[in-house]
Amino acid sequence: MIDGLIDPLKFEFMRNALAMAIMLGVLCAVVGSYMIVQQMSIDGRHDFPLGAGGVADRCFLRSTPLCWCGSRRGDQHRCLSGIESQSRLKIDSVMALILASFLAIGSTLVTVLPGANRIDLLHILFGNILGVTRSDLLLTFGITILILIVVWLFYKELLFYTFDPLGAQAEGMPVRWYYLGIVTAISLTVVANLQTVGVLLMIAMLVAPGMTAYLLVKELHQMMLLGAGLGALAGVVGMYLSYYLDIPSGSAIVLVAFGLFLLAFLLSPSQGVLTQSRRLKAQEVGSLRNIGK
Amino acid sequence: MLQIQNLSVSYRGVDALQDVSCTFEAGELIGILGPNGAGKSTMVKAMLGLIRSAQGATMFQGKPLTQKLSQVAYVPQRSQIDWDYPITVWNVTMMARTAHTGLFRQPSQQSRELVKAALERVGMYNLRDRSIGSLSGGQQQRVFLARALAKQADLLIFDEPFAGVDRKTEDIMFEIFAELKSQAKTLLVVSHDLSETLEHYDRLILLNKRLIAVGSRREVMTAENLQVAYDSPLRFVAA
Repeated sequence: MIDGLIDPLKFEFMRNALAMAIMLGVLCAVVGSYMIVQQMSIDGRHDFPLGAGGVADRCFLRSTPLCWCGSRRGDQHRCLSGIESQSRLKIDSVMALILASFLAIGSTLVTVLPGANRIDLLHILFGNILGVTRSDLLLTFGITILILIVVWLFYKELLFYTFDPLGAQAEGMPVRWYYLGIVTAISLTVVANLQTVGVLLMIAMLVAPGMTAYLLVKELHQMMLLGAGLGALAGVVGMYLSYYLDIPSGSAIVLVAFGLFLLAFLLSPSQGVLTQSRRLKAQEVGSLRNIGK
Repeated sequence: MLQIQNLSVSYRGVDALQDVSCTFEAGELIGILGPNGAGKSTMVKAMLGLIRSAQGATMFQGKPLTQKLSQVAYVPQRSQIDWDYPITVWNVTMMARTAHTGLFRQPSQQSRELVKAALERVGMYNLRDRSIGSLSGGQQQRVFLARALAKQADLLIFDEPFAGVDRKTEDIMFEIFAELKSQAKTLLVVSHDLSETLEHYDRLILLNKRLIAVGSRREVMTAENLQVAYDSPLRFVAA
């Protein structure tokens, strides 16, 4: 058993990949928790189209991901907000159009831009955590530390803003900056995630640990802490499964995260589907017994 | 003193509120009435600067209200809140002290005592560790009332605070409103309710896009005013 755990660590690519998976598990849980409570995960303004549209230009601006995510994020947000505010169209339909269009732009750029044919589209779409380099690790470590510090410093303000945005605005709080901060954190997390699980699986990684924790605890900071633990666990277990079963790493991580969510969904003491139905049955039996007496 | 001067709001070229002006003294409980879409919530949001006004200003204690937000407690409509948010009663109430506490600092002992006193006043201290989502509508509204109390503001604005609340909560709220009035606080309450609860208010504002009437219940709730506001005076009994 111990040998089975130690054996993969002989390879540098596995050590790098595990370190990356743990960091992303923590980062995704913290950022994803804000996405869940802000109901951003189904809102196309925030993640998927960001990555989809960035398929090509991410590679050109790889050394400056901040510029990349800022510009890409801005383009798509402006498109969505512009169409939504200037017409009667609802955000869902606008999102579907923008999502597909930016994916189309991204895949077109791959074939059109000079030098873009070097890009492996499959790696962008599904990730390649086994190809993580030391500079990737350092970048993700920097992003993770930066976001954790900012969340720690502004926790109570972000709590207020995400729970009651109007109330926070009525307090004179700079809510636009908080919104921008959350969106920037999501964008940075997306950048970090592209290498690991890729564009297509990224949303699951961003929201699954937070969603799982959401079913088990009752406060945002607990959701982040438990989610971070579950995210890191999914990363480690997923990597070992990938190593021993020879399955794609990104998919393995996401499947473990989904498995953990499924367990919480069924068995959560307060909100689990099976727990609740068992409780209802017990109550019914109790009432029938009382009637019998 | 609270002065609303020529306040107008328009959405995409359509007037939501036209040229509303009125003045209120400290220690008054003011009810804002009108049919759905009359611009009641729009008015309070424009006063607070939450939405852009086309023209006009709101002055409080001699300064623009947007510069006196530290003296204002605002309770939004129930529909604006996600009641499934993972947060406890205590932390919702503690939000009242966020701006006062300042960045990078933890709430002071005084803030904790104010929050405790506010929760005790509305009868929710024993439920302080419960999730906000596990409470009834009336209990949730009492928590928001506690949050407004803990702010220790001079102007309190409530948007539809009686929607979906039980009779006990309504009684508690009017009791607390009376206490706040006696402390020279000004209270603005947006309401749909045209029943006997109107007697609690010192003055009423009747709106339908524009100011139809402002004054005492007797002055405002006339058949003519209701006809103009609701286009159906038979549904109501004028004072």
